Amino acid sequence: MYQELKERLLKNWDGKIEINEGKDFFEIITQSEILFTLMEFLKKEFGFNYLANLCGVDYGEKFTMVYHVCRIPENLKVCVKADIPRDNPEIDSLTCLWPAADFQEREVYDLMGIVFKGHPDLKRILLPEDFEGHPLRKDYKAV
Amino acid sequence: MVLEKDVKMLEKNNIIVTTLEKIWNWGRAHSFWPLSYGCNCCPIELMASGAARFDIARYGYEVFRASPRQADLLIVAGPVTVKMKPVVQRVYAQMPEPKWVLAMGNCAISGGPFKDGYSVLPGCDTFLPVDVYVPGCPPRPEALFNGLLELKAKVLGQR
Amino acid sequence: MIESDFITINVGPQHPSTHGGLHAETVLDGEHIVDVKVHLGYVHRSVEKIAESRTYTQFIPYNSRLDYLATHLPAMGYCQAVEKLLGVTVPERAEYIRVIMAELSRIASHMLFIGSLAIDIGATTGLIYCFRDRERIMDMFEMTSGQRLIASYMRIGGIAEDLPEEFYPAVKSFLDDLPYMLDEYNNLLTGNEILQARLKNTGILPADKAIAYGVSGPNLRASGIAYDIRKAEPYSIYERFDFDVPIGSKGDNWDRFLMRIREIEESAKIIRQALQDLPEGEIRAKVPRIIKPEKGAEVYHRIESSKGELGFYIVSDGSEKPYRLHVRAPSFINLGVLPLISRGGKLQDLIANIATLDPVLGEADR
Repeated sequence: MYQELKERLLKNWDGKIEINEGKDFFEIITQSEILFTLMEFLKKEFGFNYLANLCGVDYGEKFTMVYHVCRIPENLKVCVKADIPRDNPEIDSLTCLWPAADFQEREVYDLMGIVFKGHPDLKRILLPEDFEGHPLRKDYKAV
Repeated sequence: MVLEKDVKMLEKNNIIVTTLEKIWNWGRAHSFWPLSYGCNCCPIELMASGAARFDIARYGYEVFRASPRQADLLIVAGPVTVKMKPVVQRVYAQMPEPKWVLAMGNCAISGGPFKDGYSVLPGCDTFLPVDVYVPGCPPRPEALFNGLLELKAKVLGQR
Repeated sequence: MIESDFITINVGPQHPSTHGGLHAETVLDGEHIVDVKVHLGYVHRSVEKIAESRTYTQFIPYNSRLDYLATHLPAMGYCQAVEKLLGVTVPERAEYIRVIMAELSRIASHMLFIGSLAIDIGATTGLIYCFRDRERIMDMFEMTSGQRLIASYMRIGGIAEDLPEEFYPAVKSFLDDLPYMLDEYNNLLTGNEILQARLKNTGILPADKAIAYGVSGPNLRASGIAYDIRKAEPYSIYERFDFDVPIGSKGDNWDRFLMRIREIEESAKIIRQALQDLPEGEIRAKVPRIIKPEKGAEVYHRIESSKGELGFYIVSDGSEKPYRLHVRAPSFINLGVLPLISRGGKLQDLIANIATLDPVLGEADR
């Protein structure tokens, strides 16, 4: 199954993605521009129906979005990573593929300040509306 | 002018001289009506103290009210966050006088383990007049009862 | 023709049935729910940021403060994630004790679910019974760790202390009495006509929607998907135990309620087997005093918590503190489905919906 997935992925996006096997999750490192099409491919062609987890990591010069996607109940699992430049933190929203992304993307927007294009209701979720700054960024200083 | 001697004589005839305030406080101290409010681990111990084994009704404090307008004791159980602060203030303002505040647990007292974060206030006494502090993370139901009895002593004027 | 208008009612954040600081902004047409907006964050305690300034060991007690109803489960998940990061193998005895504690936590959490569901929909007595029985588990936690509700018993590489002598008779008598306790709940609640009328055919969550919304745990299984991480991807030593994964058929509130009762039985089965096979030996692996995973190492470890899939995503930068720690909180994601299952229902169903989704707000808000 993973072998077939690997072949199809490399056929479609050779040179644009990097695949790491042998870890807990089958890992795909991709670019933020093709993230949505790749995720759509995973969902439609391989039936990855369950978005388990998504979160952002601040690496200083860039942000990395990490998605853990599963197919249940068979329990096939893929980890997709995409880098986002710090000066323009934007990435496509996955809400229309998996509604599970709704709350989680709002959380990442709230705490990390990453903007999700196409999200229906991108507002702060955990902090009050008038809160300043995005606290999970490494350069955040509490007032 | 009532003399000590006269009071003694009245008591012999089953007449007690006191002030209304004292009578009321006696009633209040023996049956606080706590507001069921809480937002973390401490409310679970609050529920446990209301349940079978610990049985808060032994002290007469079992009338947990859902509406702040019927309550006279605010037990702040759990951390007060920046988002929760206006809610707590509003709830407190809605309670009729006289009213008391009991800070239950380390988070309500000082922010507890979450004080270093960006969203937890360093204790609810930064904006509420707290009468009794009950430390613990979370305090056991017995500790809560002790706090309530301390508050009782305070209301009766013994503290 | 009568003209009507929508009214908005705020359920929470100070409301006895919202399990903490949940705020559901409900738009009503008469008694019917048109829309629900879920507002969270009233208990947001910046745990993920605090984790970045604590060492790996110092962060253990914070986990139990996430899901305080099932105190050992999140701590176990976190410790296993760090162990995965370090490549540490936990001694057999510690694994068995962990499983016993984890399943006791699950029973405690589900008992509280039954009790709070009962009181939320008006049956105060249910709460009293469930708390009475739950106290016995609290006693066992106190024996082993010294703390009733929020025990810090898990350590990286094992557990803090071995089981005391008095634990064995306590857990045995608890397991022996458990069927009678469940009988009592069944007589009081499951067979109760009012409870059935309130829960059956309300808050229906179809299987495909449940998966798409990322719902996990007993809520997902109530919709008929047999997905339990203990079975699908056995962590710790769960592959050694024989237990069933109960599933529902419809995904309504009633199924979600039954799921908890049946899971208590399954957990008891696991504890019995674990007690029987409990080996002698070490309780903690040799772990360096200062824990420094290698630079750039990362792990996503998930366990089946009492609420669903509880995941820990940890990134290390080679220092003694995590570079980034993200908690995949099942309650948080399960709450996303609340508007979907509440729309079209009545206002009183909303309370039952919140209760059967079993959110614990400390975990949802982190």
